[in-house]
Formats: sequence, structure tokens, C-alpha cells
Amino acid sequence: MIYRGKAWKFGADVDTDAIIPARYLNTSDPAELAKHCMEDADPEFPAKVQPGDIIVAGKNFGCGSSREHAPIAIKAAGVSCVIAKSFARIFYRNAFNIGLPIFESPEAAEGIREGDEVAVDAGRGVIQNLTRGEEYRATPVPEFMQQIIAAGGLINYVARRVKSGK
Amino acid sequence: MGMTITEKILAAHAGADRVEPGQLVNVKVDLALGNDITAPVAIREFEKIGVETVWDRDRVVLVPDHFVPNKDIKSAEQALQLKQFARKHNLTYYYEVGRMGIEHCLLPEQGLVGPGDLVIGADSHTCTYGGLGAFSTGVGSTDLAAAMALGETWLKVPESIKFVYRGELPRWVGGKDLILYTIGQIGVDGALYMAMEFTGPVIERLSMDGRLTMANMAVEAGAKNGIVPPDEVTRRYVEGRAKRPYQFYQSDPDAHYARVYDFDVSKLEPQVAFPHLPENARPVSEAGEVTIDQVVIGSCTNGRLEDLRQAASVLRGHKVNDNVRLIVIPGTQQVYMDALREGLVEVFIEAGAAVSTPTCGPCLGGYMGILAKGERCLATTNRNFVGRMGHPESEVYLAGPAVAAASAVLGRIAGPWEVVK
Ligand code: SF4
Repeated sequence: MIYRGKAWKFGADVDTDAIIPARYLNTSDPAELAKHCMEDADPEFPAKVQPGDIIVAGKNFGCGSSREHAPIAIKAAGVSCVIAKSFARIFYRNAFNIGLPIFESPEAAEGIREGDEVAVDAGRGVIQNLTRGEEYRATPVPEFMQQIIAAGGLINYVARRVKSGK
Repeated sequence: MGMTITEKILAAHAGADRVEPGQLVNVKVDLALGNDITAPVAIREFEKIGVETVWDRDRVVLVPDHFVPNKDIKSAEQALQLKQFARKHNLTYYYEVGRMGIEHCLLPEQGLVGPGDLVIGADSHTCTYGGLGAFSTGVGSTDLAAAMALGETWLKVPESIKFVYRGELPRWVGGKDLILYTIGQIGVDGALYMAMEFTGPVIERLSMDGRLTMANMAVEAGAKNGIVPPDEVTRRYVEGRAKRPYQFYQSDPDAHYARVYDFDVSKLEPQVAFPHLPENARPVSEAGEVTIDQVVIGSCTNGRLEDLRQAASVLRGHKVNDNVRLIVIPGTQQVYMDALREGLVEVFIEAGAAVSTPTCGPCLGGYMGILAKGERCLATTNRNFVGRMGHPESEVYLAGPAVAAASAVLGRIAGPWEVVK
């Protein structure tokens, strides 16, 4: 799977309140949440993000609450994947569980600049900066999480298990 | 080599003799928790799995607490989904308004979690129950849905960091100050993916309320869980309260830790975390002149009886500053009732505070105390991110109940000794 798009850069410790403020959590409708994606970090973001674009951020992306509304909002906004130096742990789990591809790569987080054209080869864990002609490696994803992705998210994975009686 | 308390609890729930940090394990959960924000998503996902009913109606707990009593129509619809699901699956522990509390105050108080338990909750502050010597961690709604169906979840065994606190805690310094200081030392990702084990003579003398406060904020350092070794204080708390059998686990003397921190806290001052990260902690005497518009005393961090007692001990005989709104939110109905019987509620109202029914409310910027542009709040809550309590250009400062009460009286961030002479 290749994800390709323009990079939007964010700093370190982007928290879940910045990704989707609690004032919008009285709904879990993805389309509604997408309208406010990253609003408190950059109010213009929902208007300017294009399908396929990639969020590139510093350390500890998604820290704070356990709200799955955060990766849901990012995914519904059309963002194809998120690259960060590191992810907060609940966000990391949630992203896999709902099927938002995320890649941990300190090199990419350093090297990529706002507006760069980026292509991510998920299978090989390689991130290409097409604008600058650079290549970075992403931290490999544990085998078990790859199975979750392959199944199309945790719920499909569990539903299959339930069906097969295991 | 020995194991840490966290490793032992995970091993026991994985049906293994031992586990190693980094290992992925499938574990049985003792309790699974959701609230009015996260459970609606979990219920939607649960219904896709294809099971008839939840794995155990005594072990799926739903607590509407974030936007209840319902703040608007959409919130009401979310809360209604919890109620309908609870009725359909005949859940034993669903807490309606009037009988509820903030989930992480309520579950320990009601004896729903005990030492040695493995608890997951679709709320990041589920790590609170580590104060009881349980392994508990926050997950998302989809993880909750899977656990509601299977009674299991997968976890990566975390490495542990040990924190040793020595010395004598000075007056006015409590669990909140210890944890703010600790996060100030290690940063908001200082314990990313890890377990924080809180130990030492100071912790042994700390009350259960103080321990729950510390474990509550482990997630603010990025940790998977925070945990306090269970002891006599734990035994006294859970005896006669726990609804299920419990077990005390202790770390082995030769357990492995990724890091060990040794803090002498004899000279620690009450701490204040400045905007916009909990790691921006500094002693209250170094706060400078920071005027405030609102003070909130409550939340799953500091909404317990001891917190209200401490706040009342500062407020007694004083008035809230003319420029300040003081909002006091007891964590549960029981805390409210106890505070009423002890005369604390009277102290608050006489001082000029608004006392609310239990709710998360302003803590997450939900309702009941939202900040306007440019307003500043000092709160006993746990997060001071941009826009956490209202307008993106408002500010939240975090502190314990004594500093909060003193600041409400003086209209600026202040130490309790400035009010209680
Ligand atoms: S009181 Fe605040 S931190 Fe605690 S559960 Fe409620 S919203 Fe979350």
C-alpha cells in the first residue's frame, strides 16, 4: 500500500484536545468530527487539507485522552496517514484499531518540511520525500498489529475469531 | 530475575508464569469501563462483532459522567444509548444521574476494582486504580468493544520505572504535588509506553486518596499505568468495600527497572503546572503574579473527600475574591453526602462558591464553567492543554486543592499559608 500526499507539519506533544476539542464530542459522526480536525492547533486545517495529505509531527503525537474521535477525525478529514517522531500509546492503539495508518519515524519527522510531497510504502516501511529526494525508514510494526490491519481493523479481527469459535 | 508488580499482574491474567517487557500478551480483564463519550462508539462497534450479549454483565461498567446531567440534546442522546445498552444487556453496574459520580472516583469507592485486578477503560485516566495496586489502563472505544465481547484484550508488557520518594512531606503538600513535580522532572513523554511504580516511605504514609491522585496522572507522563504497591493502607480501604476477591502483588527485590528515580521531598513546595502542558510544573512561590478568573476544585484527580476537606480548611472563614468564580464539584454522590455531613459544603457556599452535582463538566471543557477568550483558571484537574477548558486562548493552571482554595480567596495564584496564618 502506498500513501501519497502533501505534508502538513505540526510540533511536539500534539494532544487530543488539539486534534478534536471536547466541545465537539457530543457526537461521534465522522463527517462532523472531520469539520473540526486539528482546529485548536490550526483553525484553517479542516478547510485546506486535501484527500491523501499526510500529517507529519514531532514526539508524543496524540497525547491526552483516549477519545477514538481523534484518529476518526483525522481519517475522515481525508488524511491518508500520520508520520511522527513518536505516538502516545492510546492514540497508537486506536489508530490501528480504526484503520488509520501511522508511522513512527524520527528521521522523517525531522527531514520533511511543510508542503513537501511525500510517499509512504507501508509494506516496506519506507518513507520517500519526493520534494527533497530523501528517504527515511519507519519503525517496523509488530506482527500482531499487522494482522489487525490485514483484517481491516480490530473489530473485523475479533468478529472473525468469534465466528470461527476460537 | 524477579518481576515487577505490573509484570506479575499481567502474567497472572495471561495464564503465564512470567512475562517480559515488550512481549505482547492476551489477558483476561476483570472489568471493562466506558463513559458517555466513549461508550456510544464502543456500542456501535460491539454490535458489529456478532455476539448476542456482553461477556459478563457484572463486569461491563457504564458511567455517564462527562456531559451529564445532559448538557444538550446531542449529549442526552449519547447518554441514552448507554442506558438502553445497559438495560438490554442487563448490566449490574450502570450509574444514573443522582447515583453516579466521576468514573474514576466512583469505581474504587464502590469497591468495583481491587488490588491485583486488571482493568481496562475507554478513558485515559483509567490508570487511576493503580493507586489500589491494580493494573489498569486506558484504551479506545474499539478496544472496549472487543473486551465487552470477549472479556480479553491484548497488551504489550511495559517496562517499569521506579520512583522512590523519601523524607517528610511538608504541610500542604500532597499526592497532587508529588505527581506534578514528578511529571515536571521527566516530561509529558518521560514514561511513554511504560509503567510508573510509586514507592518509598512517603508513599507508604500517603492516604488512598493521595495515591489515587498520583496514579491518575501517570498518563500525563505518557505511561501505560501507574501503580502503588498494596499495603495496610490498601487493606483498610478495600476491606468491607471490595465486591470481588482481590490479591496483593509485590515487586520482587531483584525486579528489573528501566530507570529508578530517587526524590527527597522534605523541602517540596506545593506545585503549579503552567499552561499548556502538565510538565510545566514549578513551586507555587515561583508562580509570580498570576491573576485568575476561575477556580475549579474537583475531577477524577482531586474530587475526593480528602481534597474537599483540604480546600475547606483553607476557605473556612474566608470569602472568594470578587474577581473569581469558584466551582466545587464533589467526585461522587457519596463524597457529596460526606462533605455535606461534615459541614464542608456549608464552608464552600458561605465562602461564595458554586457547588455542583458530580460531573466531569469543566475539566474537559464540556460545560459548567467554560472559559471565555483570555480567561485564566486554576484547577485541580489533570490537563492544561490549549483550549482544554474552553476558548483556545484561555489558560488553565493545575494545582492541588490547598493552592486552589487559597488562589480563589486571593484572586491570584497563591500558597495556602498566605490565607491560613
Ligand atoms: S474528570 Fe476530567 S480527566 Fe477525569 S474522567 Fe472526567 S473529563 Fe476525564
